[in-house]
Parts: sequence; structure tokens; C-alpha cells
Amino acid sequence: MRTQNLNGARLGGPENQTSPIGGSAAAPEGTRLESMTVRRIMGTEIEYGISVPGQPGANPMVTSSQIVNAYAARPELSKGGRARWDYEEETPLRDARGFTYTGALYDPAENLADEDSGLANVILTNGARLYVDHAHPEYSTPEVTNPREIVLFDKAGEMTMAEAALRAAHTPGIGPINLYKNNTDNKGASYGAHENYLMSRQTPFADIVAHFTPFLVTRQIYCGAGRIGIGQDASEHRFQISQRADFFEVEVGLETTLKRPIINTRDEPHADAERYRRLHVIIGDANLAEYATFLKVGTASIVLAMIESGAFDGTLGIAEPVAELRAVSHDPSLKHKIELRNGKRVTAIELQQSILEQAEAYCGADADPDTREVLDQWAYVLDALARDPMELADMLDWPAKLSLLNRYRERENLDWGAAKLQAIDLQYHDVRPEKGLYHRLVARGKMKRLLTDTEIIDAMTEPPSDTRAFFRGRCLARYPSEVVAASWDSVIFDVGADSLVRVPMMEPEKGTKAHVGELFERCEAAKDLLDIITAE
Amino acid sequence: MAAKDSGGQSQSQRSRQEADAEATEAAVDPEIAERHEAITEEVDDLLDEIDEVLETNSEEFVRSFVQKGGQ
Repeated sequence: MRTQNLNGARLGGPENQTSPIGGSAAAPEGTRLESMTVRRIMGTEIEYGISVPGQPGANPMVTSSQIVNAYAARPELSKGGRARWDYEEETPLRDARGFTYTGALYDPAENLADEDSGLANVILTNGARLYVDHAHPEYSTPEVTNPREIVLFDKAGEMTMAEAALRAAHTPGIGPINLYKNNTDNKGASYGAHENYLMSRQTPFADIVAHFTPFLVTRQIYCGAGRIGIGQDASEHRFQISQRADFFEVEVGLETTLKRPIINTRDEPHADAERYRRLHVIIGDANLAEYATFLKVGTASIVLAMIESGAFDGTLGIAEPVAELRAVSHDPSLKHKIELRNGKRVTAIELQQSILEQAEAYCGADADPDTREVLDQWAYVLDALARDPMELADMLDWPAKLSLLNRYRERENLDWGAAKLQAIDLQYHDVRPEKGLYHRLVARGKMKRLLTDTEIIDAMTEPPSDTRAFFRGRCLARYPSEVVAASWDSVIFDVGADSLVRVPMMEPEKGTKAHVGELFERCEAAKDLLDIITAE
Repeated sequence: MAAKDSGGQSQSQRSRQEADAEATEAAVDPEIAERHEAITEEVDDLLDEIDEVLETNSEEFVRSFVQKGGQ
């Protein structure tokens, strides 16, 4: 394979050192940033629960592939032959602490084998990836630069799943398959909703562990998705705030499927590793409520910017983070007191308020509008949570779900072990607009929204304009027959030459609409595009 | 309501609060009552809709939702 090295060309390279959004990679060490911002390269990846009505034994790898393949039959994805996933730069077992994992728990081949085993994968024209991971269909958003766009593409993923299920149901030989944007089957299994944040490589990993952990343990009070059942197998029938809290067992680690850590150490930047680290956050719940997703990623990105700038003094360290994660989740009254390392005891709301105060002081009055909106909404929900969480039943998932459950419980005089209530818990997450209870609340105008359906539908096919996802998405849309493979940091073309041409994209902020938008209008064929970008 | 759990308060405070609460209840604004009724109707309506869209056999539905582990 011939590799076109584009260092210095339009798509950028290591010597093309523009300041990364939201990071301090280009700033000299120890320099305080001019302005703090929520903006940085980020994305989410959600594994959906999958179920065939009446057939609990259906093979989920087969049904997940049917879902992905059904969506891949959309006209814009099927006309030029499907592009494969390019694994060349992927090193999923590299650890952020500086060593490569050599234990026996993971087989690298497993991570690379999906093409061979026939597990489906499709790269979408919006730059997203829809594929089968483990035993679930998964949607990874394209890289975006701000929390509002995360919500946009995360919701586009949800609509993609709904359409995929609808298409599958109309495919001869495939029965109805239902999809749920949740994180547990309440029988011991959990599946992930991961977030990714590109960070400065200069930030010591120990700082992330020390200062991000108290934030992650307590943020569930506004981004938990709610769950009936305590314990991994839900053996105790009671409502808790988070879907995922009971599945986290250690503070720091590389694993994602067992002994899950609050801070995951996977170090696979999909970008220039000298400059960037991709922080892989595995501890969140999948959210339906737009404001829950907005706050989940918005607050995280601000806190990470503060960590990059050395804003925290360590006084918020929690004595027993894993135990407190569960204790906070198990107390929807939000009265639980967390014990800090310094012996103080604070509620999750108080701990979050303390982080918010520092963020306000750090971001200052001249915060950009994206940052301001996150800070304002953060303050709003913490105040409301302190008064009465049910005030947020029209804005966040767990209060919305708990409010529904409580009303239903009162009317029918049910206890928390009732199958009806568990069915409501589960069906809150159904992606079908006519069946999902979250979607029924939206249809009644009962949930505050950030977006319109039209915007979300557009985002199913249109890439974000200000990251390399634009280049990836446009290549797939414009030259479907010539793109034979792609990944987060590459697009591979077959333009009829002796060998394939691989365009690396190691700078996530290059390949934007501003950089290359007019090239797609100008170049009828992929070969013309390649001639131009490789000549510079 | 609040007065019942406030064990530390003096008797006089407690009875004044109770009296206030009764007074408030007695003088229910018809507009508020109407709104309250509308909300109750709406909630009933929503719960009825849940009954309509909920998978028919809840027990079977919940039991057969079995997932393989994930990340």
C-alpha cells in the first residue's frame, strides 16, 4: 500500500502546530491558558441493548449484524460497495500509564477480527461508525468540538438505531428486533456508554486520576438514567440513580468488560500520540434526555480543561470512591454524605457545587458562549436538585423516569418488585418513537429539548463541519466507489493506480469544511482530490 | 406537613404552622384548583398511554430481556 504522507499539507501533520481546541498541548509547560473553554475534540460510543421478542436465546451477534446491515442498505451507503474499517493505527491495549498490556484476559486478535468473523461494520456519511461490538450494535459519533454537537450526533445515533430496526423488520427472513438505549439487563450484564475526550499529552495521568474521580463519582446526580434494582443482578428491588454504578469495581484500570474501573487507562489517541491523549471515560449512563447528555459531556470537558491547567488542589479527594459511587446512586433523596480523604463529609450536590464554583472562578466572566451555557445549566440543575429532584422531571432522565414510576406505582398500588414497573424502567429506553416511554414524554411536550427533530435527521447524514469527520464523511458521500476503507485517522482510496492510497489524518482539527470543503465541490473524482492534497 | 417532623420546634411554633397550613388549604384559589385538576387529568392520560404502549406481558417481557455482557 502506498501511503501519502500529508504532513504539512492541507490535512496537517506534526509540524503544523496550531493550538488544539480546549487543550494546552501547544502552550509551554506551566503556562495558564488565556481562556478556559468547554470546546475540545470529543465523541461518544453507545452499545445498545438488543432483544428479539419471545426469543431470549437469539444470538445477539447475528441480530446485531442484521441491524447494522439493514441500515447499510440505505441508498447513500450501498451504492459504491461498503468501505472497510482500517485498523492500522489502532493499539487498544496500550495503557496510559506507559506500558503495553500483556495479560491473558484480552486477545488482540479479537479486537481486529470483526471483518473475518463477518461482524458488520459501516462508516456513515456523517463520519460516524455503526458496527457490532461484543454482542451489541454500537454507534460511535463523529468527532465534534462542543457539547451541543455531541447531543446532536448522539441523538442521530439513536434515530439511526430506530431506523435500522425498522429496516430490519422489513427485511425478508428477519423478525422484529428491539433496541434499547440503556446499560443493563438487570440480570448481571452491563454494556457501555463511553465518552472520549482528546487531552493534552502533557497532563500527568496521576492528575486525571486524582481530580477527575470525585467529579465522576458525583456527576450521576444529573446524568444518571435511573434503574429499578440494587446490585448487578438487581436482586434488591429499589430505585437507584444510575444504571452503571453497581458495575464499577476498581478505581483505575485498563479493563472495560470486567472489574470495570472509574478511570480507564486505555491510551489510544487515534491522533498524534506525541501531543494527544484520548481519555476514554467508561463510567457514564446512556442518556435519552438531551440536557443530560449535554451536561454529562459539557461538565466533563470543563473539568478536564481545569485539570490540564492545574486548577485543582486535591481537597475534593474521596476516601472510598467505588463504595461512594454506589452509595450516591442508591440514594435518590441525595442526602448521602460522602467521606473525603481529609475527613470532611459532603453530599454529592455539595461536591459538585464546589467544582462548579471553581469552574466559575476559572472560566471567568469572559467564557465563550458554549462554555457559558454549560456553566449556567450546571448551576441550574444543582440548585434544582437541592430543592427537589422532581423539579427536573422535564429535563433529566432519572427524575423523569422516577416521576413516571412513582405516579404509576401510586395509581396501581404496586411495590418496587412489580413486573409492570420493571417493564416501564426498560421501555423508557426503547428507541422506537411509538413505544419508547422517553419518546412518548417528548411527544407530549414533557421534556425540555436542545434540538429539533429536523436537525437530528440532518445529522444522520451530514458530518460536523469543524473536525476531520468532515473529510471522512464527505469522502464516503462523494466517492463511495473509490473509498475502500477508513478509520478515525485515515481514509484509504482505490483510484485504479498500482496500489491503494492511504491518507492519514493524525490531526483531528484538520480536514474541516473550512480546510477542504471547496475541494469536494471542485473534484469530480477521488483521483482529482488526491492529486490536489498530495501536491501541496 | 413539614411541622410533623420538626421535633426540635416549640409547641407554639408548631401549632402556628399547622394553623397556617389549614388556613391555606381552606382558602383554595379556584384557579389553582382548576390547574391541579388539569394536571391530574394529564397524569391519568399519560398513565393510560403507558398502559397502551407497554409490552403486553410485562413479566415475560422483563424476563426475556437477556443481554450478553458488553464494555
